[in-house]
Amino acid sequence: MTAIALPILFPFLLILVFIAVKSNRTAQLIAVVGTAVLVVISIYLFFEVQKYGILTLDMGGWKSPMAITLVVDYLSVLMLIVSSLIVFALSIYAIYFMPGQHKSTRFYVFFFALIMGVNGAFITGDVFNLYVWFEVILISSFVLIIIGNSKEQLEGGIKYMALNLIGSLLFLAGLGLLYGKTGTLNMAHLAQILRAEEQSILINSSTALFFIAFGIKAAVFPLFFWLPASYHTPNITISALFAGLLTKVGVYALIRFFTLFFVQDQAFWLNMLLVVAGFTMVVGGMAASAHYDVRRILSYHIISQIGYMIMGLAIFTPLAIAGAIFFMIHNMIAKTNTFLIAGMINKIKGTFYLKDIGGLLSQSPLLAVLFIIPAFALVGVPPLSGFFAKFILVKAGIESKDYIIVAVAVLTAMLTLYSMIKIWNEAFLKESPTTELAKSEEVKLRFGHFLPSIILGIASVLLGLFAATIFEFATRAANQLIEPAAYINSVLNHTMP
Amino acid sequence: MEIFLAILIGVLYTAGVYMVLRRSILKFIIGIIFMSNATNLLVFLASGIVAGKPAFVDDAVKNADNIADPLPQALVLTAVVIGFGLVVFALALKLKFFETTGTDDLDQLKKTDN
Repeated sequence: MTAIALPILFPFLLILVFIAVKSNRTAQLIAVVGTAVLVVISIYLFFEVQKYGILTLDMGGWKSPMAITLVVDYLSVLMLIVSSLIVFALSIYAIYFMPGQHKSTRFYVFFFALIMGVNGAFITGDVFNLYVWFEVILISSFVLIIIGNSKEQLEGGIKYMALNLIGSLLFLAGLGLLYGKTGTLNMAHLAQILRAEEQSILINSSTALFFIAFGIKAAVFPLFFWLPASYHTPNITISALFAGLLTKVGVYALIRFFTLFFVQDQAFWLNMLLVVAGFTMVVGGMAASAHYDVRRILSYHIISQIGYMIMGLAIFTPLAIAGAIFFMIHNMIAKTNTFLIAGMINKIKGTFYLKDIGGLLSQSPLLAVLFIIPAFALVGVPPLSGFFAKFILVKAGIESKDYIIVAVAVLTAMLTLYSMIKIWNEAFLKESPTTELAKSEEVKLRFGHFLPSIILGIASVLLGLFAATIFEFATRAANQLIEPAAYINSVLNHTMP
Repeated sequence: MEIFLAILIGVLYTAGVYMVLRRSILKFIIGIIFMSNATNLLVFLASGIVAGKPAFVDDAVKNADNIADPLPQALVLTAVVIGFGLVVFALALKLKFFETTGTDDLDQLKKTDN
């Protein structure tokens, strides 16, 4: 199944093209078409997964477990579809909101390098290869975050870099120890070895290192401090890209590792994850409600939402993991969308600071509607996607008698509601404050500005309307994760065409 | 040999953590270099080292005891290159930051926090 490599190879080809391209217009056109092709590729892979179950590809002419294996199961392919949908919307958004010439910023080169890294992380079946993709993501996000070279961006860049570098060092140390103990880095082979005999005293050191490394990437409590210090500094297109993809790669890695092979000493690790999830939700939600900059509210809110995904993993029933996957799909789309709206607010009013803006409801009713969709989705108002995501998680929590985390989750939804209402009240309902700043910068938006947000808004609504279908796929993904026999078998025994 | 390498790794990690906790950005980056090297050695040591055996052999050598495991060497090589790239980027970022703000003091980095 060589098509599996396409989500990595295709962005790589585009990077080569972008290095050669000089004109701004051409670059934008290639980016939109390229991301559209990525959407098509991932949907094609989805149908292949439906047909064959799990797709595998051994790279470099060796057989697994020696080769670097690419594996696409339901979880990977769902993540691929959502991330390519997001980058498609963002490539349109970048045309209107990314200032500067392609020639000087080389924005698209690193944009697609990031996409390549994210896709690679989603489909790799090898721990060291995952490390390499994390580094690809890291280095391209370093460059993206400081495009513009303002004081704030450089400062945010340093903070982002500092913790993430330490995170990847811990990742490398963890995988080195894991290789020393098991003699393999192929995920399926690891699963086979680590599930065969209980040696938690040997494995726990690696588990802890991986837990911290992915915790930093996923921005869980108490490792999230780099996120709110840096996500509000770059151009809003880049903030939206990071918000949609980066932390979720960390969550994906946590889900993959802790379902597939870190299953020893589960009583301890799952409890740990549960506590971390609860604190992440509450601290993120509370910090979000204390701020008045739209981007800061949304950045802290990312953290709060990460907690829900970790909660699904920590409860560790098929229903809960399906809920976590559903929540990730919903959250990636809705969260990116709120950042897009923030960018449009800034375009109209010239500021992100809520106290300086207002009266958007009468000024741009379409923007108000577009904000309502992801905001209500995040809060969890039926019939939008967030309702079903939270409903599944809460149901799974009650079934497994984790009442405290359920209470925390429900209360955190209130905090989410509070932050969203704050943005709604201050930006849309309130009269526009008559400061000079507000008067001078009134820009009319055209349809193209709204289009990316409309695409993601429709996706949010459809996720809610066809929740049963999506949930069915999420359940299949969760079953593949909880019962990894099929995964191990198809990687190690080459059952694929 | 292992015991010396293990002590070296410990010393490097200690020095790295100490430097990372300093106030200067440059010292922070030096700390990252120490920790990155310590991690590379750790990967190398954890997967077992053998003295004086080649990693790549032709088909004539049948006994696995006569060769070293090539995989950790490949891993460390990759990690060294990646770490090198990251450190170079970090230094470039530090230079740019120093040019714009004229400060090397991490305590001055308070603008984006609250």
